[in-house]
Amino acid sequence: MLTAFAILTDGLVYAAYLFIVAIGLTLIFGVMKILNVTHGSFYAFGAYGAATAVGIYAESGLPAAVGFLFMVGLAMAIGLVLGIVLERGLLRLVYGRDEVVVVLVTYAAFLILEDVIVLIWGPRSYGAWQPMVAAGSIDIGDLTLSNYDIILVLIAAGLAALSYWALRFTRYGRLLTAVIFDRETAAAFGVNVTMIYTATFLIGAMLGTLGGAVMAPKISVTLGIGVEVIVLAFAVVAIGGMGSVEGALIGALIVGICRAAAVHLVPQIELFVIYGVMALVLVVRPHGLFVRAQPRKI
Amino acid sequence: MTRGTLAGSLLFLLAVAAGPLLPDWVVSLATIAFANALVVLGLIVLWRVGLVSFGQALYYCVGAYMVALMARWVGLTDAFALVLLGGIGAGAVAFLVGFLIARYREIFFAMLSLALSMILYGVLVKTESLGSTDGFTVSQPTFLGYAPHQEQLGLALYWLTLGIGAVAALAIGAYFRSVAGAMAAPIRDNEIRVEFLGVSVTRLIHAKVMIAGVLGGLGGALAALTVGHVDPNMAYWTTSGSFVFVTILAGAGSVAAAFVGSLLFEVVRSFAVDLMPQLWQMTLGSVLLLTILFLPDGLGSLVTRFATREKAKAP
Repeated sequence: MLTAFAILTDGLVYAAYLFIVAIGLTLIFGVMKILNVTHGSFYAFGAYGAATAVGIYAESGLPAAVGFLFMVGLAMAIGLVLGIVLERGLLRLVYGRDEVVVVLVTYAAFLILEDVIVLIWGPRSYGAWQPMVAAGSIDIGDLTLSNYDIILVLIAAGLAALSYWALRFTRYGRLLTAVIFDRETAAAFGVNVTMIYTATFLIGAMLGTLGGAVMAPKISVTLGIGVEVIVLAFAVVAIGGMGSVEGALIGALIVGICRAAAVHLVPQIELFVIYGVMALVLVVRPHGLFVRAQPRKI
Repeated sequence: MTRGTLAGSLLFLLAVAAGPLLPDWVVSLATIAFANALVVLGLIVLWRVGLVSFGQALYYCVGAYMVALMARWVGLTDAFALVLLGGIGAGAVAFLVGFLIARYREIFFAMLSLALSMILYGVLVKTESLGSTDGFTVSQPTFLGYAPHQEQLGLALYWLTLGIGAVAALAIGAYFRSVAGAMAAPIRDNEIRVEFLGVSVTRLIHAKVMIAGVLGGLGGALAALTVGHVDPNMAYWTTSGSFVFVTILAGAGSVAAAFVGSLLFEVVRSFAVDLMPQLWQMTLGSVLLLTILFLPDGLGSLVTRFATREKAKAP
């Protein structure tokens, strides 16, 4: 019983993390049909930015909540700058090329940004644990839960609700849905697709850095953290169906629970259970769980 | 015999003859480069139908571990048999994987192959008996009873790699000229029309996945023998990434481009890592970007462009 509860809570926390990193990826894919490998860099930049912010705040002696907001704010500002540079400076040049070619362009940008991180922050690793400690922990029965993990789950739930609301009830969200459904028709009806693309990429980039920022206190911020995130986020998005926000949520929950179950029951398979689940889902539903059928173009 | 084949055979003979004259490190660098070129050759087969596999390291790693395990468990040391087994092993994996993956296109193909190679990576990292993340050493190979050491071993592996590379280049060249190979461009342009002609695209792609798998396995097997060590990083997605990189750099235009591109890549890598280790990935990324933006058909297209211009001049 205790194990089951532990699996559930661990799974939820892990799912929250996965959802936060996957939502930006799925949003950019859904709208722009770009599988953005640079998302891993966004995550890494967010984490490094957060570590810097925590370093500054730890010396200032301000309350923890301010430090947390400062951390998130700085990371998202970095995401904004990165997003503008990448979308306006690079991706704009390759719109209309094969999807696979665009993936390679983002892969190239990812490689460059990996070294930019070294140039800015150096090869050493950073800790940003202060917010995690400041949040404290609570005991539920025999289990100790970190409050920070609960905050993480709340952030993920908040993001899910926010994106649901934004996509359905705001002007931008409806325009976005139109573009997702059919870019050319939307453009013919006067939707400014270029503007939508830029805005979406910026939001996606900021979600990526946000993911890095909120995870920074839980991990050691070091080189190569972006590399793992990108494949992980992709697995989640592929299970749910590329471009679907509900899909990313369900995918994150499935992967989160499966991984937590693996960690508690059969630790040997922990590393590949994620990809195993992904392969299994794709065998049954080749394009993920939540995906609209595509018409064949002859 | 076309001019391309002639030039290729001359270069091949030159490379064979130059072996004993070159310093050790050049020989081992070239061996690794040509072993990797086999993997790239496989990627070119797929690239021609518009597919990019971000998980070719799966077959590379299977080939390498096949060699290492055969030497370790069975005590087989003959290089010819080991490399052959590496290719067969990877081909068998590709055959099974093909049933799943041949239905996918574009980025789904790229990313599903990536996921599969990551599964292997995860399995290997968690397998303590195979050295986990450290991997283990591969025993020195023999060549039909001949057991060279040090420089002779390096040279023997170099020639073996060249020989297998030449056979593979000829075979793939023939494949490109065959009907199945010529189907690549139409599939890339419009798959459904090809289906309407009565050709099973899925089966063709399955065959191409297998060809690429066998080539990946051969490359991995040769690399394992040359390096003398295998580890799970051979299956990590960044390994696949560098193969894709060379493929884009070389372009899918010709078979020779795979070998030249791979050699160029290894040379640049060994110098860049020495001179500016901090900027290596940045260099890689910039070159990749510039290639995609300004040379969409790869370095090989420069040669073709030059050749056609020459032809146009002399009517």
